[in-house]
Amino acid sequence: MDIQFISKYLPMYVEAARLTVFIAFIGILFSVLLGFICSLIRYIKIPILHKIVDIYIELSRNTPLLIQLFFLYFGLPKIGIRLSSESCAIAGLVFLGGSYMAEAFRSGLESIPNIQRESGLSIGLTKMQVFLYIILPQAVTVSIPAFSANVIFLIKETSVFSAVALADLMYVAKDLIGLYYKTDEALLMLVMAYLVILLPVSIIFTLIERKMRYAGFGNQSSF
Amino acid sequence: MKNDEKILEIKHLKKKYDDTVILNDININIYKGEVVVVLGPSGCGKSTLLRCINGLETIQEGGIYLNGEKISNQDKKMHFVRQKIGMVFQSYDLFPHLTIVENILLGPIKAQGRDKKDATQEAEKLLERVGLLDKRNSYPRQLSGGQKQRVAIVRALCMHPQVMLFDEITAALDPEMVREVLDVMLELAKEGGTMVIVTHEMQFARAIADRIIFLDQSRIIEESTPQEFFENPKTSRAKQFLNVFDFEVVKHSDSNK
Amino acid sequence: MQDLGIRVLFEGKNLIRLLGGLWVTLRISLLSAAISIVLGILLGMVMNRKNPITRAITRVYLEFIRIMPQLVLLFLVYFGLTKAFGINLTGETAAVIVFSIWGTAEMGDLVRGALQSIPKHQYESGKAIGLTQLQIYCYIIIPQTIRRLLPLAINLITRMIKTTSLIVLIGVVEMVKVGQQIIEANRLTVPSASLWVYAFIFFLYFIVCYPISRLSACLEKRWKN
Repeated sequence: MDIQFISKYLPMYVEAARLTVFIAFIGILFSVLLGFICSLIRYIKIPILHKIVDIYIELSRNTPLLIQLFFLYFGLPKIGIRLSSESCAIAGLVFLGGSYMAEAFRSGLESIPNIQRESGLSIGLTKMQVFLYIILPQAVTVSIPAFSANVIFLIKETSVFSAVALADLMYVAKDLIGLYYKTDEALLMLVMAYLVILLPVSIIFTLIERKMRYAGFGNQSSF
Repeated sequence: MKNDEKILEIKHLKKKYDDTVILNDININIYKGEVVVVLGPSGCGKSTLLRCINGLETIQEGGIYLNGEKISNQDKKMHFVRQKIGMVFQSYDLFPHLTIVENILLGPIKAQGRDKKDATQEAEKLLERVGLLDKRNSYPRQLSGGQKQRVAIVRALCMHPQVMLFDEITAALDPEMVREVLDVMLELAKEGGTMVIVTHEMQFARAIADRIIFLDQSRIIEESTPQEFFENPKTSRAKQFLNVFDFEVVKHSDSNK
Repeated sequence: MQDLGIRVLFEGKNLIRLLGGLWVTLRISLLSAAISIVLGILLGMVMNRKNPITRAITRVYLEFIRIMPQLVLLFLVYFGLTKAFGINLTGETAAVIVFSIWGTAEMGDLVRGALQSIPKHQYESGKAIGLTQLQIYCYIIIPQTIRRLLPLAINLITRMIKTTSLIVLIGVVEMVKVGQQIIEANRLTVPSASLWVYAFIFFLYFIVCYPISRLSACLEKRWKN
């Protein structure tokens, strides 16, 4: 193990990790937004849109991110749409993540028993109010475990961005292996970098889920 | 308790799911302060009747009128109607993410736009009456079935409904909790509340009802006072139904003779 | 220009070559999935044991594998093993090893979850009607576990296929690589080749994965109750 090598190239990893986190953050943010909108469209069954959403979700869930990225990065310029590595990475992540988040919200919405809706209606709330005050808060709580699994999944998926020339962690590691043949050091730093990013996220979500379960939220099986 | 002011009118109501007729030519008038108990074998359409009144089901023929105004199949303004008709369901249908007092206040504040302070005061008074004031900040999961059901009644009451509908609200409760819920209803009846009750508790039905409506095979078969219905049922179907609740003594010991 | 582009797929042996590449992808992913399912069932049963040491070891294995991006694992094995032990792995072998290690962890967790989800009273009512331990497993526990597990295991296959797309990044010649070669060869004559080739590969992945995930969803729905 070459400590000097590690300390020399550590800043490169820090920089790359920062980029990975940044892209993941933006991508996940928009994924949540897109997923939420898609699940709403399906929930209230907006005529044509909900078919389109269905098709999008199937396409996105049944193809690999890498291929989606190749298409965006190498294919689209041929019809005049030229994306930078960064926007390509974000677009790809959102295309993938939107469908996963939509499914998470959908299962949350579906888990709320119909009697909740009816008893909301029976105290004179409008449909909109029932959705806002009764269905939505419960559905969001129920979908937290699926949501957090998706966040971790999406952060992991960012590792393929080097394929569209984004100078992320994989890119740096591959570079160092190729240039200096310092495989052990490069790989060790790579693993460490991902642990530093993913471990806290994973721990935080585990704690939140535990707290939620303790609070008994969304546990409707009691009747 | 009953007077001549008609509150709820059901005329020639017919309800179908696809081709199955659930309710056929139902005619009922309900007067102010009256307690009507709907009895009948399971699957006779009693619960559907309540759900139709509360607009949770559309109907195929006939109409339902509240204070002379048609309320059936009125999707747009139904939430205004429901503010005047309270309903309590069989399952303890409290909102699990809200505290007890929040559960009760949701309707008055959001649907009726009432002042929060006044509504809170009233909610607390009602909770005190059903003996649950100390649970005001608990969550539904911390309450027993009977307690949840009492809260559900308070939640409906706090809307100042003109009619209250009770759909087998003790059917899912443990036997020892049934009483505490029925007592709340008896008290409401004493105070002159207008109520339509679907229940399987025959003793209770007899005690609380001004009038019994017996439904079977989607029609009204008999309509009479509780005394008449339980002691002298006119139809054989009603007799048969009441027999289900009597048990013959199987093993005769001396003390039974 | 675009009319020209789509022709590139059907020129010469291009289509056959792409499908050949797809076969490489499928071969690797199905082999890895098969290994994962077998080893995962064993792992799940081991994880269900009360022994604290096996529990701790399997837990660390599971957490590490599941938290690392699969591409990192691929690098670790492909570059790391070669360097550390001087073993020269082909990309394909490295891929099968990595995806099996990863898949075993995923499958093991599914099996553990499925076993734990069988309520205790199922064992007890088995005992109550006088079945032996073996009979309880054969007639009560395993059939119920399979119902919970099969949709998830099938779903793992689609995840495996999608993950296998990564092997192009360690230089295995599969569908994407073939596609890149075709694009490269037609760079001058068919400039829009990349659009069509990648769209086609995208489409092929969909054609393969969609029926499998439908099957999984259908089974899950049917066996829900």
